[in-house]
Amino acid sequence: MAGRLKATKRMKKIMRRYYTQAKYAHLFGKKVAWITSGGPVEPLIAMNIIPVYPENHGAMIGASKMGGKLSEFAEGMGYSQDVCSYAKGDITSSITKESPIPGGLPKPDLLVCSNNICGTVLKWYEIQARKFNVPLFIYDTPFVHTEFTQEAKEYVDAQTQEYIQFLERVTGKKFNHKRMKKVWRLSLKSMHLWKAVLETAEHKPSPMTAFDAFFHLALIVTLRGKKTVVRYYQLLLKELKERTEQDVGAVENEKYRLLWDNLPIWFRMRWLSEKFAGHQAALVADTYTQAWCGVIDYIDENDYMSSLGEAYTRIHLNVGVDQMAETIKKFIKQYNVDGLVMHSNRSCKPYSFGQYDIQNLLREMDIPVLILEADMTDERKFSESQAETRIDAFMEMIKQKKN
Amino acid sequence: MKEEIKIPALLQFKEVARAPYEYLRELKKTTGVQMIGSSCTYTPEEIILAAGLHPFRIFAESQSLSRADAHIQAYGCSMVRGMLEDGLSGNLDFLDGVVFPHACDSIQRLSDIWRLNVRSLHFDLLLPVKLDTPLAKSYFEKVTERFRRDLERAFDVAITEEALIAAIELMNEFRNLLRKLYLMQSQYPGIMKGSDLGQVVEASMVMDKKKAVALLKEWVSELEAGVKPEKINKKRILISGSVCSHPDIHQIIEANNAVVVYDDLCSGSRYFEGIISNTGNPVQAIAGRYTERYVCPAKHLGVGFQMENMKKLIQEHKVDAVLFLLLKFCEPFSFDYPDIKKELEAMKLPFLMVEMDRHNEVDEQMRTRIDTLLEIL
Ligand code: SF4
Ligand code: SF4
Repeated sequence: MAGRLKATKRMKKIMRRYYTQAKYAHLFGKKVAWITSGGPVEPLIAMNIIPVYPENHGAMIGASKMGGKLSEFAEGMGYSQDVCSYAKGDITSSITKESPIPGGLPKPDLLVCSNNICGTVLKWYEIQARKFNVPLFIYDTPFVHTEFTQEAKEYVDAQTQEYIQFLERVTGKKFNHKRMKKVWRLSLKSMHLWKAVLETAEHKPSPMTAFDAFFHLALIVTLRGKKTVVRYYQLLLKELKERTEQDVGAVENEKYRLLWDNLPIWFRMRWLSEKFAGHQAALVADTYTQAWCGVIDYIDENDYMSSLGEAYTRIHLNVGVDQMAETIKKFIKQYNVDGLVMHSNRSCKPYSFGQYDIQNLLREMDIPVLILEADMTDERKFSESQAETRIDAFMEMIKQKKN
Repeated sequence: MKEEIKIPALLQFKEVARAPYEYLRELKKTTGVQMIGSSCTYTPEEIILAAGLHPFRIFAESQSLSRADAHIQAYGCSMVRGMLEDGLSGNLDFLDGVVFPHACDSIQRLSDIWRLNVRSLHFDLLLPVKLDTPLAKSYFEKVTERFRRDLERAFDVAITEEALIAAIELMNEFRNLLRKLYLMQSQYPGIMKGSDLGQVVEASMVMDKKKAVALLKEWVSELEAGVKPEKINKKRILISGSVCSHPDIHQIIEANNAVVVYDDLCSGSRYFEGIISNTGNPVQAIAGRYTERYVCPAKHLGVGFQMENMKKLIQEHKVDAVLFLLLKFCEPFSFDYPDIKKELEAMKLPFLMVEMDRHNEVDEQMRTRIDTLLEIL
């Protein structure tokens, strides 16, 4: 078996450094911005503001199996049992300081929220803006059910200006367009690299699985626009290519290839990965991590003022269900997969509602679909025995179909 | 000449509220008017009226959700699941078109699912989420203008300025009447039954608007005739949430010598608050109302808006206690609750939150909880 990717170690180091820097940002006269995972981070990097991602923190909370406990605390404060557990984890952690990162996230000086992933983040950031009493900028991305309209384009483009003015106001500094140009290019470059990384999984056997992608995603989410990210993904890509050249697969004797939809189940990553590997199945791709390179085509490398808005508006979670189904169809072909695993995620309604219809839209492809009901960080909403039975039955079906 | 039997206004409203879709089916049959359903109060009904079409709110009448279950997971709110069931079950067989203003994540996906599964003309209003910047306001206007054009094209009609102005006047009058009823209840608590008022508003949301105006006028004058300016000693309750159509709740409240004096519901005051200016460009004026009336929690009008608004309502209506009726699985409303709760605690104002489904029966436990709240007042 291939074992762990060597790059992993470096990645952990970069992340550790990043969180330390964020923690002591104020000592260096830097500001900290909390930003949503789909938010436009490049202007922050260009302004030397340190971006911090509560959702990335949420993932860490999930992976450390603290999700249920932190959600429960928030529920004690009156938050509903049925809302996004990333939000609840963050709300709790910002009060109790419980966190896989010692001391929790550093306090924000400003908040940047884009609703291109969901409306939940709007409520969540409003709550935190009240609590920390810091300015909030909303990068408002109209939903693209079927069409990205001209007026929507004008609206988001004008907000790119608004956003820059907001940052100038908060920092008291002029926006550095020259620097932003560089950041924008680097960001695009890291998207291309990330895409190349994910596409190594087209190879049979696949040198990586979606579980690797979930882990290595952190950098493109948090620090795109920085050189470190480019260098890191170059390194990772090299390692993966070595594997493909030598036909080393991430899963021993890979026989079946699967596609994952929705966020990971952070607290059961190891278990799931072993479970599927036990069936000689590799999750070779997923819709979630692909989202950070899915909009490359909308980006004009030389013109962020008029392409940033479109790129951030047309991401996977901000388009209609039928278009999501098209993307999935594309991946099914591209990665040559035998089955689709959909995580029906109780936390994330915008990602999960519509999955049944996507399943219907895929019917012509004759591809088995497994729907696993869980939650990305709240382990109280997951039944391992039930999941196990369903995975086994699903794999049986795939085996019969293929053999 | 045959003498017409006059049915009292209230009875007519109640009949519509009992079976709204039957009413609409009949209306279409007798007048031939085309029917435009909408998922939320952000639908600019004036534009639909000005196109000569009939706007109504899709109310999630279905109680069994067998068909919706195949499209939306059980952790969707009962409003969204119920609406879809209405669409899939043939309950809305008279529907010609449907409007989905962008609101919460669940409605957003409902729109997609609807478009893929229910046959009717489909209009998405791609509204902004923030309403507090000049840019967002101008975008809102453009979205409204696009809706006007889309309707014109789809139904091959011209929506003229005159028709828009007439629709604005009609809707202003209509909203003022609803508001007047609410204010009467606030001024003379108990002058009408809370459950009656609830049904009147709900019926108004589906009825022919001219007819509704006539009936509302009638009921208002009936009530005014009965006003006795005596001192009324009733506990004053505010209901907060998205939709409520549980007459039982009013019964429990009223049995405790209390009255719901106001609400901030989408099926209540959120529907009629805000008057449209009748000068200037009518489409801009229509859009302008939405950025001025109090907004849905799925929209943003500053970070403290919902708390401030709640305080304002409490003051204006001298509220003694707040009853939150939240639909289970609803994100936008439930996220605001803990911070509002803190405010109320600081004000030492009693409150209670109950989570329910659209068609829940009010059970013993809920009854006891409401009783307890009212007893301590
Ligand atoms: S998990 Fe879903 S609902 Fe929660 S923040 Fe992410 S996109 Fe929004
Ligand atoms: S009740 Fe809440 S979740 Fe349901 S449609 Fe209304 S706002 Fe959306």
